[in-house]
Amino acid sequence: MRAGALSVRWEPRTAAVCAALAAVALAAAVFVLGTGDFPIPAGEVVRALAGQGDQATEFIVTELRLPRALTGLLAGLALGLSGAIFQSMSRNPLGSPDLIGFTTGAASGALLQILVLGGGTAAIATGSALGAVLTALAVYLLAYRGGGVHGQRLVLVGVGAAAMLEALNSYLITRAELREAYEAAFWLTGSLNARSWEHAVPLAVAMAVLVPAALAFGGHLRMGELGDDAAQALGVPVQRSRTALVVVGVGLVAAATTAVGPVPFVALAAPQLARRLTRRTGPHLVAAGLMGAALLVVGDLISLRLPVALPVGVVTGVLGGLYLVWLLAGAGRRGRP
Amino acid sequence: MSRLRAQGLTLAYEQRVVAERLGVEIPDGSFTVIVGPNACGKSTLLRALARLLRPREGTVYLDGGPITELPAKEVARRLGLLPQQPVTPDGITVADLVARGRYPYQGLLRQWSKEDERAVTAAMDAVGVGGLADRIVDELSGGQRQRVWLALVLAQQTPILLLDEPTTFLDIAHQIEVLDLCSRLHEEGRTLVAVLHDLNHACRYATHLVAMRGGEIVAQGRPSDIVTADLVERVFGLPCQIITCPEAGTPLVVPVDRRRALTVESL
Repeated sequence: MRAGALSVRWEPRTAAVCAALAAVALAAAVFVLGTGDFPIPAGEVVRALAGQGDQATEFIVTELRLPRALTGLLAGLALGLSGAIFQSMSRNPLGSPDLIGFTTGAASGALLQILVLGGGTAAIATGSALGAVLTALAVYLLAYRGGGVHGQRLVLVGVGAAAMLEALNSYLITRAELREAYEAAFWLTGSLNARSWEHAVPLAVAMAVLVPAALAFGGHLRMGELGDDAAQALGVPVQRSRTALVVVGVGLVAAATTAVGPVPFVALAAPQLARRLTRRTGPHLVAAGLMGAALLVVGDLISLRLPVALPVGVVTGVLGGLYLVWLLAGAGRRGRP
Repeated sequence: MSRLRAQGLTLAYEQRVVAERLGVEIPDGSFTVIVGPNACGKSTLLRALARLLRPREGTVYLDGGPITELPAKEVARRLGLLPQQPVTPDGITVADLVARGRYPYQGLLRQWSKEDERAVTAAMDAVGVGGLADRIVDELSGGQRQRVWLALVLAQQTPILLLDEPTTFLDIAHQIEVLDLCSRLHEEGRTLVAVLHDLNHACRYATHLVAMRGGEIVAQGRPSDIVTADLVERVFGLPCQIITCPEAGTPLVVPVDRRRALTVESL
């Protein structure tokens, strides 16, 4: 846990919360692996993962279902981390990538591929990654004033960009053939259905690069909350680390959205929930990331176990919406966001 | 030659040039106070000395070498800065905020240590907030908050402290409290450089006064040597009398009451 925040004292509570979140995420993943047309008890799943199950079970678990669980874990981790990065940098809980247009932009990129260019899985992935990066670039440039990006401004510009892209997405869908429109609408809610190694491997590769990079800048993120002047006076290379964090954060959003679609609210809620559980003041990247993973996989498990087939995005959307209302109601009572 | 000095500085924000060919030397062990009217470049100079603002031309020297050639953390171990408007993170405790002053001493291989713990405790005790360690900073009074931020800078354990208007937004009692504290830090052997608005406070506390106007240094030296009615008129455009402060024996600026003259003229 210490690697996540270089200048932090050892905190037993934070360590315990991180361990608990990791346990919840992994346990939920095991149950996800056991859920489907052929239910497998948790014990069997673990044996199959260890390479000691019978052949049929092992095939179902490692070949058919493991990519789904792994994609869920990694995408949740990415969303939690990117949420923590952008909320901390904008000093605003609403400065989260799913509210300031980054994920909507990724969706626009994917929709253009699905509906206009008619590309396959790889093309859709590229489209959504490009969409996220271009949107982030545009929002940052528009919010840039006098040598920096102010949190409030970033949120306002981002919300505006999200609304425009939302309109574009709706327009694209109304113009589409019925079958394509269905495919697009399904992608838009965010789903872990039918994830294969084709989705999991590129995501894993991206995360192998992005996670260490994010953790390396965790200390800078904490110091940056003191304001640019104080952080710089304490020896933080403010401009350089901000650029690096934006690149890493956008990379994380793009990777996650490309793999699972624009799953709502995980990036918004995970850092806030993690912060309340750890009772820390600064952002804690590890806790936020693990919370994201736990949220997404638990959401996936719920969507799998419900009698009606629901994509995970609907579940996280409902949970996240309730959370947002609770957060805002609480903020109203305390008189500050 | 003093540890902190600057030569030939041209300071500018984007298009607006604040100062040209500005040179200054901070005497070692002094309590230097920079005064001047609004927008005279005093805060800008302080920011340049703390390498927060890169001079368009000229060099700031720290311990003989250009400050920009030192690693950022090395500078932060020698020179601390209290910014004019620091941002207090939401819900942070006093101890947690002060602990962030130890950042320059930490790295990948060197994590939180006993020495950090000692420095933080000592810094909080030095400014008298040791009893508030677990309190939320936002919930403290303005004077207490300013002392907590001073503790953060003290935890950096730097021989040189730069303070950008440390008394702004405080009531008169808290202003004096913070300045007394600064004076004690100076007597303990640190070099202090502060930007102050109140000329009388500057005269009382400074051992070395720097008066600026329009990006230039008009006068510098001991307050009792340089502060005259003529200087105040030149720097601030304020007609005044200088009397000796009955309490400290330092110059005291008493503005001329112009209301009567104005009334007579307007009649």
